[in-house]
Amino acid sequence: MAETKSTNYAIECRGITKSFGSVKANDNINLTLEKGEILALLGENGSGKTTLMNMISGIYHPDQGTILVNGEEAVINSPTDAMNFGIGMIHQHFKLVEVFNAMDNIVLGTKEKRRKPKVLKQEIVELSRKFGLEINPEQKVYNMSVSEKQTVEIMKALYRGANVLILDEPTAVLTPQETEKLFEILRKMRDQGRSIIIITHKLNEVMAVSDRVVILRKGEYIDTVKTSETSVTELTELMVGRPISLEIERLEVDRGDKLLEVVDLTVYREDGTKAIDDVRFDIFRGEILGVAGIAGSGQKELCETIAGLMRPKKGAILYEKENIIGKSPKEIIDLGIHMSFVPEDRLGMGLVASMGMTDNMLLKSYNKNKGIFVDKKPAKKLAQDLIGKLEIRTPGTETPVRHLSGGNVQKVLLGREIESSPNLLITAYPVRGLDINSSYVIYDLLNEQKKKNVAIIFIGEDLDVLLELSDRIMVLCHGEVTGIVAAAETTKEEIGLMMTDSVRGEAEAHG
Amino acid sequence: MANMNNTAKEPLIRIGKRNELTAKNAMFLRLAAFGLALVAGGVFILAVGHNPISVYWTIIRGSFRSEMAIQATIKYMIPLLITSLGITLAFRMRFWNIGAEGQVIMGAIFASYFALFFDGLPHVLLIILMIIAGIIGGGIWGLIPAFFKVRYNTNETLFTLMLNYIALYIIVFLRDGPWADPESGGFPKIARFSKNAQLDKIFGVQAGWIIGIILVVLVFIYMRYSKHGYEINVVGESKATARYAGMNVRKIVLRTMFISGGICGITGMVSATGSDMTLATAVAGGVGFTAIIVAWLARLNPFTILLVSFLFSVLEKGSTVIQSEFGLSTDSSEVLQGIILFFVLGCEFFVRYRFIRRKKGGTD
Repeated sequence: MAETKSTNYAIECRGITKSFGSVKANDNINLTLEKGEILALLGENGSGKTTLMNMISGIYHPDQGTILVNGEEAVINSPTDAMNFGIGMIHQHFKLVEVFNAMDNIVLGTKEKRRKPKVLKQEIVELSRKFGLEINPEQKVYNMSVSEKQTVEIMKALYRGANVLILDEPTAVLTPQETEKLFEILRKMRDQGRSIIIITHKLNEVMAVSDRVVILRKGEYIDTVKTSETSVTELTELMVGRPISLEIERLEVDRGDKLLEVVDLTVYREDGTKAIDDVRFDIFRGEILGVAGIAGSGQKELCETIAGLMRPKKGAILYEKENIIGKSPKEIIDLGIHMSFVPEDRLGMGLVASMGMTDNMLLKSYNKNKGIFVDKKPAKKLAQDLIGKLEIRTPGTETPVRHLSGGNVQKVLLGREIESSPNLLITAYPVRGLDINSSYVIYDLLNEQKKKNVAIIFIGEDLDVLLELSDRIMVLCHGEVTGIVAAAETTKEEIGLMMTDSVRGEAEAHG
Repeated sequence: MANMNNTAKEPLIRIGKRNELTAKNAMFLRLAAFGLALVAGGVFILAVGHNPISVYWTIIRGSFRSEMAIQATIKYMIPLLITSLGITLAFRMRFWNIGAEGQVIMGAIFASYFALFFDGLPHVLLIILMIIAGIIGGGIWGLIPAFFKVRYNTNETLFTLMLNYIALYIIVFLRDGPWADPESGGFPKIARFSKNAQLDKIFGVQAGWIIGIILVVLVFIYMRYSKHGYEINVVGESKATARYAGMNVRKIVLRTMFISGGICGITGMVSATGSDMTLATAVAGGVGFTAIIVAWLARLNPFTILLVSFLFSVLEKGSTVIQSEFGLSTDSSEVLQGIILFFVLGCEFFVRYRFIRRKKGGTD
């Protein structure tokens, strides 16, 4: 070991390899993190970013290779070990106790928690000022917005003395404004000599915040580049492995008749909270209506109410002027309303994880033929057709879909819904976790449906995509519609503002 | 801060996930577990002072040594087989029906009603009536917890368990009251069924085994090829998915539990009319619980259930022989059963995970 303590590297990974079964999630990866820099870890889903970071933060153990912290070889067996090395990780899913306040969460598990609350509060306020974080130590976590929860997570790491902060897709749940605020905080931390790794697959964020970029592809280390010396095009090419066009086409289709009209819809969740608040909108044939909003703003409930899975408290849903509230999910499917909701865990309710593609094709149509037996032949043929048409990678039509990668699972789901020739297609997060190429396949599929005069409700996360693909965008905030705007005439910033409380109740000027 | 923990080493052994084994390899692993269980059981037999090989041999020989022995083994198998098939339907739906015991008893009670009071009917008609009565009795006992589950989301595990005791005490009530045998001289029992109300023997064993084998095929086809079977599998995987697909989850749960309980009810009918020739409080005799083990070991596959329940009855029958030949109590056969279960269920861990030993110097 030739290193001395005067090394510039806060963390250095050498030849890290980690396999899960036969899948090599990380293959001989090298990475260096300098002191006082923001390093972006870029790669498509499944490229091994999170796995690598989980090894640095002690959740996994590498099969091969070494991790050096401040130039010395470190064995990190647990998150506690990682913390002792000054490494803190902020996961995509927050790990907070909902019923505790911010302060209790921050000191939880540390020796300091026995100190007087007053002293603790003082400490936390001072620490938050140092980095420009806004936090109310006494606010309960369940009362917090997503970005406030994230702040608590960051404080948790800082309070434990983290010199290295790892953030896993931190902006996925934030509005553009909140994202900018987070980046400001990260820059401030960098300027005070801390090192930050930010995991992401959003290129514009990489360009905005990072000093250097490490690119992974399919578990392999590809390259490290300086942000100032690269471009979005070059990064895409490194990430995907070949040049790719990033344009999404907005098809000009003459919009047809009004297909669905939602009138004064109010829906409560099972826990009694209001999910959808007096929502009113309509959608026409041959139109893509984008729905923007922070996660949990009522998107899921809106989908489920239209699909007949939830009962609204008030309001009406008129489908070709007929109220469909009170109809069973089956009757609604028979009308030609098809929903494909891709939840965070991907498989969710659209597919049966343990069944193969054939059986999953049957899910909505198994009852179509006469007799008591299921007719699998057409389903099998459909499965085979989809495999060819959408380039689904699977060992066979009978392989359980849980063995397929996320992208392929989504193609199966969306493919089935489209093949059922719907009149109204509701699709929520269809490109969640997909690589760039698969995402474009999905966009093309949606456009194809639009051309066939299908009305499409597209619930999305990426505002750039929503702006390019949709005809109109409806913005949800806390279950209310804060605006419906023509996509061609609005900006990301405008949408971002509508996603937060700031413009509540303002005009539905366009539409 | 950085060198606080530098002396820490990677743990000697850690657990890692392995690739999903092929069906063949997984089967091999389970067979190996079974073999190891026999070895461990042998150590136990050795410890109580017997030769394991001769004990094992006696178990096998005792189950097959004569026509009568084979018939007795099959007789043990019938209730186990049919009940396991019934439970399988519920378990496929992830409805934790541990009330097979009660469903068996209710089936027996309903069937006994016809055996006791309608024994003048033509034999074939009576048998058919008793089978239907058994299905209805067991089915109702399965339907009750299902109803409360879909209506009020009650816990089916507790509910079905409690119903077992209610069913048991219904027999006691009938035995001591309305159905008490007037000729028993005060001894609490229900009258022996007349010849006309007894299940026929085929190859010297009560006809229940034919019913069992027919049910194996029927349950297999039902689960694998019918629309109902498809619905059960989807509901078992996720109720939300089933609803999303437009299925009527309530109806499916109720229907499946009726069938599940109904099949268990058939067990009650064949045990009462084929083996006991009366309605005894021990008509189920724990079979409802052993069947859970059989169904799980067979991974809810009807044909595997046939095999596993056969192996269980060999062990059961053989243990009565080792009791007479070696003076080992039948409890020791339960110890052996326990050991086998421990190994076979334990090996499921190794189907999915493996141990990884620390490598020297951090490289391979």
